[in-house]
Order: sequence, then C-alpha cells, then structure tokens
Amino acid sequence: MTVDGSARAFRQHGRVVVVGASLAGLRAAETLREEGFVGALTMIGDEPSEPYDRPPLSKQVLLGKVPADGTALPRRRALDAEWRLGVAATGLDLTGKRVRLADGQEVGFDRLLIATGTRARPWPRETEADLDGVFVLRTADDAARLERRLAARPRRVLVIGAGFTGSEVASACRERGLEVTVAERGPAPLVGALGGVIGAVAAELQREHGVDLRCGIMVTALEGDPAGRLKRAHLSDGTTLDVDVAVIALGAMRNTEWLAGSGLGAGPRGVACDAGCRAFDVHGIVTDDIFVAGDVARSPHPLFGYQFLSLEHWGNALAQAEVAAHNMISSGPDRRPHLWVPAFWSAQFGVNIKSVGVPPMGEELIVTQGSLAERRFAAAYGHQGRVIAAVTFDHARWIDFYREQIESAAPFPPVFANVDRRPEGLRPVGADFPDPALPTHGPTVTLSGYSPSERRVTFTPARA
Amino acid sequence: MTATSGTLLHQITDYANRADPYPLYAELRRTPVARQDDGVYTVSTYWEILSLLHDPRISSDVRNRTPQAGGDLPPEDDTTLPPSFLRLDPPEHDRLRRLATRPFGPPHSPRRIHDMGGDLVRMVSGLIDGFQGREQVDIVEDFAYPFPVMVICKLLGVPHQDEVLFHGWADAIVAALDPSPAEGPQERQRTAQRARTELGTYLAGLVEEHRRAPGDDMLSALITDHGPDGQMSPVELITTAVLLLIAGHETTVNLITNGTLTLLRHPEALKRLREDPDLAVPLVEELLRYEPPVQLLPQRTALADIDIAGTVIPAGASIWLMLASGNRDPRRFDDPDRFDPGRRDNEHLGFGSGIHYCFGAPLARLEAQLALTGLARRLDGPRLVADPPPYRQNPVLRGPRHLPVAFDGVTA
Ligand SMILES: Cc1cc2nc3c(=O)[nH]c(=O)nc-3n(C[C@H](O)[C@H](O)[C@H](O)COP(=O)(O)OP(=O)(O)OC[C@H]3O[C@@H](n4cnc5c(N)ncnc54)[C@H](O)[C@@H]3O)c2cc1C
Repeated sequence: MTVDGSARAFRQHGRVVVVGASLAGLRAAETLREEGFVGALTMIGDEPSEPYDRPPLSKQVLLGKVPADGTALPRRRALDAEWRLGVAATGLDLTGKRVRLADGQEVGFDRLLIATGTRARPWPRETEADLDGVFVLRTADDAARLERRLAARPRRVLVIGAGFTGSEVASACRERGLEVTVAERGPAPLVGALGGVIGAVAAELQREHGVDLRCGIMVTALEGDPAGRLKRAHLSDGTTLDVDVAVIALGAMRNTEWLAGSGLGAGPRGVACDAGCRAFDVHGIVTDDIFVAGDVARSPHPLFGYQFLSLEHWGNALAQAEVAAHNMISSGPDRRPHLWVPAFWSAQFGVNIKSVGVPPMGEELIVTQGSLAERRFAAAYGHQGRVIAAVTFDHARWIDFYREQIESAAPFPPVFANVDRRPEGLRPVGADFPDPALPTHGPTVTLSGYSPSERRVTFTPARA
Repeated sequence: MTATSGTLLHQITDYANRADPYPLYAELRRTPVARQDDGVYTVSTYWEILSLLHDPRISSDVRNRTPQAGGDLPPEDDTTLPPSFLRLDPPEHDRLRRLATRPFGPPHSPRRIHDMGGDLVRMVSGLIDGFQGREQVDIVEDFAYPFPVMVICKLLGVPHQDEVLFHGWADAIVAALDPSPAEGPQERQRTAQRARTELGTYLAGLVEEHRRAPGDDMLSALITDHGPDGQMSPVELITTAVLLLIAGHETTVNLITNGTLTLLRHPEALKRLREDPDLAVPLVEELLRYEPPVQLLPQRTALADIDIAGTVIPAGASIWLMLASGNRDPRRFDDPDRFDPGRRDNEHLGFGSGIHYCFGAPLARLEAQLALTGLARRLDGPRLVADPPPYRQNPVLRGPRHLPVAFDGVTA
C-alpha cells in the first residue's frame, strides 16, 4: 500500500481523539496502532471501566455464570493511549477542533472518531422509572444490579418489550427458574427485526419454556408501594400484574446529544456518515476529519439501495471501527468503504439465532432448510426478486452461504435443490413485518472480494 | 472456464508423489475449480473450498451422485449397516450428530474431554517410558498408533484387551477409503467389508454388555441417555460406534506422526516446544494447516448447478475438496509453505468446516498437543532415520507408514 506524504506525516505526528471507549472505540484504536499510527491517541469514555463486551450481559451474566465485571474485551495489542475514563464528552467545537469534557477540560485533535454508541431507552415516566425494582440493561452496572436482584429470587419478573434484549432477559429468567411475564406491543416477539412468521416461532419458543407471553399489549403504568418499591403493573387490556421486578427493554437511543449545535449531521437516528465512515455536517457535506463507527453511526450501504442503515450489531461495530481507523490514517484512493453485510446473533431459550442482511427489507420469506415446526431452520428473505436477508435457528453453520447469496444479489425465491429442503420450503410466504418498507425500483449492486482491501462493488443497472 | 488437468490429479493420487504433494497442489490451484478427465471437479483454493463446505447445494450422501459423475467411491457401508453421519445430509445427519454429541461435548457434556486430560498424560508418559533402553523407535507403531487407540477405547468403553482385535479391522477399513488403490480394489473392498461386518458384530456385543452394566463411557451414555431427539436405533448406534472408532484414531495417528516428522525437520521449532509447552496450542493448529491428516474430501456431490470461480459445477457431479491445497493457498495465508508454529491468523481447513466439521477436533487437538510436547520434552537428541519416511498408500488420510527415529536417551 502506498502512503502519500500527508498521510505519512499524520501517522507520525497526528493527534487522534476517540470518544466512546467501548467495542468500536477500542478496536479502532487498536487498528490505528496496527496500521502504523504512532501519534498521540486519547480515549475518552464516560464509563469508569475499561472497555468491555456487552452481549454476555444479557446472557451469561444474567445467568450468574460470569460476573458483570468479567467481560472485559480482550486486548489485541498495547495501545499507548491516554485514557480519560469516567468523564463524558459534552461538546464538540468543529472549527477549533476540540472536544469539551464534563470536567471542564478540552482536548484538541486533528482527527476525531465518534463511537458513543447507544443507551437504553428509559421508561418514559420518571417517577415510575425510579421505583426500586425497575431496571434497564445496557451497561455492566445495569447487568450487575439486575443479576443481584434475580439471584434474590423475585416472585415474578415483568419484561417490557420482546425484542432481542427483552427475549434474552426472559430466557435467562426462565433458566433461573423465575416466573416471567413478557409484555409486547407488537403481535409477536422479535417481530420488528425478523417479521411475523419468525416471530410466531419465537412466541411458541417462549411459551414452551414457560414464559407468560402477552402480545398486542402495552404496560400503561408501573405502581410502587409507599416505600418506593415496584409492586404492580397495569396493562392496556385493563388487567394488573403483581411484580417486584420490571425490565424495560424498549430499545436504544443514540448518544448524540453531546454533538448538538456542533454543526455535525447528528440526531436521534445517529450520526450520518459516508461509506468511508466520514461524518456529514448539517448541510450533508462530508467532513474529512470527523469519523464515526459503531451503534451511533448511520451509513449508506450499496447493497441495500444506498439506504442509511443504523445497526446495533456487535460485528458491525467491529468492522466499521476497523474501516474508520484505516481511513483516518489513509488518504484518497487508499481509503476503503465499509461494505460489511449486517449480521447479528442471539441466544435464547437454548436456540442459537443468526441473521444476515436486512430482514425488515424483505417482503417475502422462504424456509430453505429445515422446518419452522422443529425450530431448526434457515429462511431467506426476498426483496424485489432477490435475496436480501436470511435468518437461521440452530443452523448457524450455513449462514455464510446466505451471506454470499445476499452479496451476489441471488434471485429470490431460490430455485435450486439443496439438502434438508422440506415441502414448506417450496413456496415463499409474506414475511409479515408490521410496517413493510415501500418497494422502490433501484439498480442492483453486488459485492465481491474476500479481504478488506479487495472488497468491491459491482454496479449492474438492472436485473432482467 | 473449465480446464482439464487429469494427469495432475493422477499425479497427486500417485503413490510416487505421496511424500510431497504440495508442489502439485500449487499447480492445481492455478485452476481453482477444475474438471478432471473422469468428470470429477477438484476445488483447490481456500475461499472456494470454504464456500462449498457451507453450501447447502452440496451433498455428502453419495447416493445423490449420477453414475457418470466419476470419482468412484467405495461405499463405506455394506449391506448390513447404513451410512454414518459423516456420509449423510441433514436432517438425518443433524439428528445423529446431535445424538452423538450429547455424551461427547458441550452443552451436555462440556467436561468429557477436559476430564480425560490426566489419563492422556499418563498414556503418553507410559508409552515414552517404554522407549527406555532403546536407541531407535518407530514413532508410528510404538507411539502415534497405540496412543489414540487407547484413548478411543477408554472414551467409548472398549475393554483394553480387545484393542488388538480391531487393529486389523481398522487397517482393512481404512485401506478401502483410498480412492485410487494401487492394486486389487475388489479384493480390498471385500476385505474391508468383512472387517466392517466383524467390527459391527463385535460392537453389537459390546452394546449389549453396556446396556446391562453401563459405565462412565460414551457408549453407555449413548445407550442409556434420553434427549429431545430420543435415542439412536441399535443399528445407528453400531454405525456411529464404527465411525467414532475408525475416525477417532486413524486421523490422529497421522497428525502425531506428521507432527513429529515436521518437528524433526524444524529443529528450532522442536527446541521452542521443549522450552515452552504452551507453544503446543498454536503449533498443532499450524500442523493442521501445514500437514493436515485429511488431505482431501472426495465424497461431495452437487445437488444443483453451482456457479463458482467462473466455473459451473453441474448437478450430480462429484466434487473433491482439496483441503491440504487450500491450506497452502497464498491468497489466504502469508508465506503458506513456511511452517510457522506461532502463526496467528490460522483458520485452516484441517478439520474441514461447516456441518461436517471434525466431530473429534477437541480430542484430536489435545492428543496431538500432549503427544508432541511429551516427545519434545523427553527424547534426547532425536533425529530422523529416513527422510522422507515410507508413506502409507492412502492419499486421503495421508501420513508416514513408519517413522523410524533415533535418539540418545530418554529424559525421565
Ligand atoms: C445486553 C446487550 C446484549 C447484546 N447482545 C448482542 C448480540 O447477541 N449480538 C450482537 O450482534 N449485538 C449484541 N449487542 C449489541 C452490541 O453490544 C453493540 O452493537 C456494541 O456494543 C456497539 O458498540 P459501540 O462501541 O458502537 O457502542 P457501545 O458499546 O454502546 O459503546 C459506546 C460507549 O461510549 C460511551 N459514551 C456515550 N456517550 C459518551 C460521551 N458523550 N462521552 C464519552 N463516552 C460516551 C458509552 O458509555 C459507551 O461506553 C448487545 C447489546 C447489549 C446492551
């Protein structure tokens, strides 16, 4: 790889500041060093702890198998960075190139990486959210508190929201032998991420494991006793539920408030950036020194109609951090696009769930391997005659095949013969998302290449 | 584009090139997917092999092969035994493999292999103790063969004194896996079939004994345990036991022997291992890349037309996945022909990948790590007596038939 003069000078003497010292921040910093950045590196994080991993928090940690402070991220190498932990960034001065900190100090930079991720969406009514027994789950502290409470064996846990986090919490409760009610506004668990067809499978899974699952229902109020302890929940169907623990699992909010007024294109849906991880300013013009990665980023993906995707996936944070770091110390043609195909996993009720692509873009779904009834299957989602996503339940080893199908814009429904195709997999059905995206006609884009440096997009004007 | 390089594949399977097939693999990789004269499609590059190992349009069940597809494979099974899960597709494969996994590994038996560690160390030291007073041993006969056999017997619950019985059966069965035997394929098949039947009968007896008096072994667990998938039928149980017994040691013998040979060819690596037993972990991974015991998978069949690397493999075609070649693909591994025991980026194909990923991998790793560390630590001044050593006939399960090693003494 050639490094031009300015990039070389930056690698030697530049100042990089990373705000958000978690998965994306850490991996970006490591990549900077790996790729030869020897300048000054500052890591700013509002959590006091060293970077740690979140996926185990709702799994092994809630089961009491791993302590909440036991998920520190493994270090790939020594960083030689200045760490400012336990202090939040509160503002950004774009022209002066400085980050303002909560303790009143300022840190100057030549290039900035924004990796502030998301936080749990709190229960909307503050007095109710403050009741003893009401929890969210995003940080290690959250997990420690909740785990302690579960270990004290509450009589019943109420989980509000049956997305991935809520479902995993419910699963952990059942595995610990606790009574749990899940209240979900939508028609089924996971319905927003995977659609109603798969949601129905998830619902069955929960009920079979003894979850009191109530769909199409909202929790209207949480009620405490005089001592301020949660004791009851009121539901939209007029019923009440005696509970001593409620876990609010209503999704996440992007940590962009500190960027308000900075002139960056940052808002509730994240910080918009180009495929090279460079942030947009409020005019939609790309900056050259401000980069974004991880849950807080929103970036366009060629495979998915150049839609700006906001992803909350571990693998995305990792891949995007690596691309951002590479681009921060490279110039012009050496820069790479972030062409990662979205993918995530979940473990709940003994089932390993994996997904690739963007399922909510799918209008139709076909079970290509295994069967929904056995809850071991692979299913592909179709969008305008091509494979746009896939999900597997206990069939993870096939997932790479479906990723390749998505990358090559393979036709949907798939017509080929393959192992473990059952009668139900011969015809597509509606994927049944609550709010289907309106189909638009766009050109087709495919991805090729294996290593990051050879990833390429091929643009095909139209598929016949 | 379709290329023919029939002579090349012929050269690879030709015994004359057994000691060093790697230059031939390098030539084969020039056409990542190549149609051979007899209709077989060889796939020799890393990413293409990996992709096909995860491709549901590929079957491991030879019953899906068209008669004209070439790559004739001796059936593993005879009239009395159905195919083992190694040669089945989902859903049958998945069910049998899940059942076999319950008493073997996570999530239900996460400690089975770990808990054997102590026994394994004792077996290794016992065998090396037996080298005392000798100046030369055959690593195959005196070490790399008896060790995994003892292990698999212990694991399955086969009485120690019966080991000799199936030594011969195993040899005959494995010989028949050779897709291009030098001579007498029919005779070989008949011998193998007889061995398989005898082994099956023997195991059927053993199953009865374990049913009456179950022990702490895998066979007992398979017979008595009930999971969500129910239980294996008696005939499935026997087929699986045959598979575990054969696959459970024939590959490990080669891993240990190839490992010893490679270490003796790289004295600095041997020295490092002697000083730092922790090196065994990455070193065994590198061995699995550099000299994998299973060199190729000749039993895959295309269920549909598959467009890959510019070639369409037609439905019904026989596919050979050249794992050892993929392991030396310079597009995947830096300096692939270099043996680098500390190599970090090492996702080799030594155990395959996908749903047929080596069932016994955790055990094979542990056995090889302990065996090689034991040899490195205790043999004084070891040296090869013949290089290359005489190889076994088989190009699929490739390894030395004998590995005479001379030494100055044995450290306690
Ligand atoms: C319980 C749980 C389970 C999960 N399970 C899975 C899973 O199974 N599979 C999967 O793919 N993904 C999973 N995820 C998602 C995954 O953890 C995230 O995608 C990943 O953590 C994103 O990394 P990030 O670095 O972008 O953001 P984060 O991990 O959110 O890190 C952002 C960091 O920035 C800090 N910060 C925020 N604002 C400021 C500020 N102003 N100044 C300084 N610091 C700030 C935050 O406190 C935080 O430490 C899970 C997440 C949670 C919470």
